[in-house]
Amino acid sequence: MTLDATIPAPADGTLDAAARAVDLRKSYGSGDSEVRALDGVTVDFERGAFTAIMGPSGSGKSTLMHMLAALDTPSSGRVVVDGTEVGTLNDKALTALRRERIGFVFQAFNLIPTLTAKENILLPLDLAGSKVDKEWFDTVIAAVGLADRLGHRPAQMSGGQQQRVACARALASRPAIVFADEPTGNLDSTSGAEVLSFLRRTVDDFGQTVVMVTHDAVAASYCDRVVFLADGRIVDELHQPTRETILEHMTALQDAALAKAATATAGQAD
Amino acid sequence: MFKLVWRNLMARKVRLVMSGLAIVLGVAFLSGVLVFSNGLSSTFDSIIKGSTPDATVRAKGLDSFDSGNGGTATATITPKVVADLAALPQVADAHGTIDGAGMNLLDSHGDLVGGTGAPTLAFNHTGGLNMAGEPMTVLKTGTWPGPNEIVLDSGAAKRAGYHVGDTVSLLPPTSTDQLTMRLAGTAEFNGGSTAGSTLLIFDTATAQKIFLGGRDVFTSASLTAADGVSQTALAAAAQKVLPADFEAVTGDKVVSQSKDAVGQFLDVISVFLLVFALIAVVVGAFIIVNTFTILVAQRTRELALLRALGATRRQVTRSVLAEALAMAIVASTIGIAIGWALARGLAAVFRAVGLDISSRVLVLDARSVAISYAVGIVVTMVAAYLPSRRAGRVAPVTAMRGDLARTAAPLRLRVLIGAVLFALGAGLVIAGFAGAPGSTAAWVGAAALIWVLTLASTSSVVGRPVLVLCRSLFARFFGTSGRLAGENALRDPRRTGATASALMIGLALVSTIGVLASSMNRTIDDIVDEQFTSDFLVQSSTFMPFSTAIGDEIASVPGVATVSRQQMVSGTLQGTGDTGSLMGIDDAFTSIFTLPMTAGTDRISGNEAIINTDVAKQRHWHVGSTFTVTFPAGHALHLTVAGISDPVQVTGSISVPLDLLAKTGLERQDNQLNVMMQPGADSATVLSDLKKVTDRAKIVEVFDKASFADQIRGQVNQLLYMIYGLLALAIVIAIIGIVNTLGLSVIERTREIGLLRAIGMSRARLRRMITLESVAIAVLGAVMGMALGLVIGVLLRQALADQLTSLGLPIGQLVMFLVIAVVVGVLAALLPAIRAARLNVLAAITTE
Repeated sequence: MTLDATIPAPADGTLDAAARAVDLRKSYGSGDSEVRALDGVTVDFERGAFTAIMGPSGSGKSTLMHMLAALDTPSSGRVVVDGTEVGTLNDKALTALRRERIGFVFQAFNLIPTLTAKENILLPLDLAGSKVDKEWFDTVIAAVGLADRLGHRPAQMSGGQQQRVACARALASRPAIVFADEPTGNLDSTSGAEVLSFLRRTVDDFGQTVVMVTHDAVAASYCDRVVFLADGRIVDELHQPTRETILEHMTALQDAALAKAATATAGQAD
Repeated sequence: MFKLVWRNLMARKVRLVMSGLAIVLGVAFLSGVLVFSNGLSSTFDSIIKGSTPDATVRAKGLDSFDSGNGGTATATITPKVVADLAALPQVADAHGTIDGAGMNLLDSHGDLVGGTGAPTLAFNHTGGLNMAGEPMTVLKTGTWPGPNEIVLDSGAAKRAGYHVGDTVSLLPPTSTDQLTMRLAGTAEFNGGSTAGSTLLIFDTATAQKIFLGGRDVFTSASLTAADGVSQTALAAAAQKVLPADFEAVTGDKVVSQSKDAVGQFLDVISVFLLVFALIAVVVGAFIIVNTFTILVAQRTRELALLRALGATRRQVTRSVLAEALAMAIVASTIGIAIGWALARGLAAVFRAVGLDISSRVLVLDARSVAISYAVGIVVTMVAAYLPSRRAGRVAPVTAMRGDLARTAAPLRLRVLIGAVLFALGAGLVIAGFAGAPGSTAAWVGAAALIWVLTLASTSSVVGRPVLVLCRSLFARFFGTSGRLAGENALRDPRRTGATASALMIGLALVSTIGVLASSMNRTIDDIVDEQFTSDFLVQSSTFMPFSTAIGDEIASVPGVATVSRQQMVSGTLQGTGDTGSLMGIDDAFTSIFTLPMTAGTDRISGNEAIINTDVAKQRHWHVGSTFTVTFPAGHALHLTVAGISDPVQVTGSISVPLDLLAKTGLERQDNQLNVMMQPGADSATVLSDLKKVTDRAKIVEVFDKASFADQIRGQVNQLLYMIYGLLALAIVIAIIGIVNTLGLSVIERTREIGLLRAIGMSRARLRRMITLESVAIAVLGAVMGMALGLVIGVLLRQALADQLTSLGLPIGQLVMFLVIAVVVGVLAALLPAIRAARLNVLAAITTE
């Protein structure tokens, strides 16, 4: 794994990135009330890597992920997922893209309460009308350790088990990239560790690409790389992070933000 | 995907049942009406077929003649004609038959049997065969009648309390003296039931004695064809030996004519009931739209998740539609089953008013089932379509966001479209009153339809003031829980509006009908005031003609100065083929009533007639015009218009001298007697003396001004209450809609309710809060419905100003409706309120 390769590449893109954002901007509202959620983000997510997006609340990390996952449309800029230019796709093609090449893990699990674990896992395949790859299914089930829970409904499972079902669902269609939105946000530390270890293993064992939004330094320490966002811009980046280095970077970012706020307040007071 | 649909259905059984209930009830009503009208027509079909011979000999012109109310034909054939018929090689068998009209059966206590419902049919027993070669009447008990004996149908014998061997009392058409006969047995039509008519069967000589003054003649004959002879050949052969005023008619023709005549009456009943069934279904559709809209809104996150996981818009839309389809099929199936039971209930109601329908014919036929399923499914699918489209449009990103802020599309467009549609309706009304082609009422009706639909879709905006008023009233009288209830009703105006709309439709109809009925009562009062210038009126309660002997007795009551007699007969207007009614009036008529003449004279004699302005306009007749009216057996009146009057209730549209009716070949009877007292006579004494006469005569009643108006008002109100009863189902469905919406709102606000409880709201106050929200919805629906109903009712009355000359507003009823609406609101809130109050506080707060 060459760390240097993750330096933002030119827009013509010779790099094999699973997902790429180029000068991505997103603003809400207009005029005085305009809020810039993303303010020119250019970033690549390498295949077979586990990347975390971190940043304080309102930094735009969720918005960035929504754009990358083709759930939201940018105000300007480009998004390329698995070699496909997202901006040119209509709703139908977007749906197909999400179905076939993107997997999701949500903070709130988002399992269908009326379906069993197995049915939830197979739902994306069911929606696509594609056949189940039995071998892959068994592999995933074994990896998440849910073989004895397949007939249970979400209400009969613990939070950690539910989130592992959600992970298995994200992997069921062998997507090019899995997006996880605060996957451990609703879990206790033990369950969270289980889920993170599982995501880590999918990257190591199956060569899966995973992008995770989190504000938890422990969660981010499972990743190969951390991208820091603040005020809609990428402000920092860390490779092979540890919990300590992440906390250091975060503290630095917070200090900078505080200093900036103080300056702004002082400026206003003048 | 279907697995998901199925699981969703199973997981939301209660919601499903609640929203399905609206369809169940609508479809039940519809299929009940279909099965019932089917049974009704097959009852009549089997009676008609079972009692019609290969060919019938009858007086010419009898087919288009409205017998009964219109008079009794007196043409006859001799036994020689019957013998000639029997001698024909084409004829296997010929029987002379006597059809008597106006005979009434008295029960063992001396009261009239039937009389208000189905007709009483009197005839002689001949043993003749029907088209299928079976006897036309079948003996159930006893024997066929001999001299001075009678056979009744089993139902009538039972109703009247007679057993074989008892002495039966009868009231003959031409005298006031009762007849008594021994009950020889009971019988039925070959078809089985009698459809509620009373059958009086005599032997030939007795029938001749009663109906034909003892002459050995017949009013008609029934023929059975010899082997291999067709009905047409039979009728053609028979025609050759008949006198000129009689004709031979094939059985097939008689059947089709009878079916046409009965069919018109049955169609009126079916259409009347079907209209109310369809209203119920439409109201049900509103509930479905609303339920699915709420369900889709509540499942936004789940639907967004499906979209994020790769479901296409179409898959999401289809999954909602598939749920609707499954619900429609289940609800329709249950509805059809209930409808079958309902048909039996309807049959029982009709049996109670004298129309006997055997429950054997109340079967679920393929057509009724197919129509019921089609209506149930199509209405549900159409209603679920918009919500399902909305489901497909849920943005996938919603699944990722914590907030489920519903993007409410601006209501401005809705208001704009609503305003345009309201104006369009107003335009139709103006066009109608300005003399656009067609009836003004039809234009108002079209506008009413547009307005109802417009109000239903703009209720969220239009109804706001009502809800704001509710909020401030609730806040004043019930404090915080009242204010919260008001706020909740205002929180999602679309939902509140849509729920209220179902009730609005029902109440708009009820109020419209109420205005019309009230106007009709006013009009009746006016007419009676203005035109009832005689002291007393004698009439049969069913407007059937009665014996002239009653008039003779009335005239001899002390204190009576004048009796003016009127007889109504129907005949065919020559040249048009239309059936027309003539009212025979005597000389005394003009001494009691002053006709508002517009031309000519009101004193008529000989072949002169008075027509009203409606007839004059329709036929382009003027004073001096001549026209001819024909009657059965070749009788005719050649009339000259002598005077034209404005329409009045005291006589018909065409009046002729009473003595002229002798030339019509119809029995001389009276339909109405107008009685004037001698000056100075005591009206109470005279009235009580007159009552003695009418009580004995049974079939007539005496009215003074007040009781006459009361009687007509009673009939109007009876119809009004029947319509209210039928509309009640639409109201019940609307209540289910409120229950449903509140139930879903409670589920949606679980967390909020938990919070209210956690910070100290008592169960009782929580229940009150939900009850008040329900009352707000019900009152909104009631106020909108009544306002619209009043407008429509007043406009319709104006459109029908010729018939409804006075406007009456049913203020008392409207106030009552508002009170009922509040009660409805309270009742609808019962279940949701209990459910909300029972929520576990901790669990409710932590609900996702």
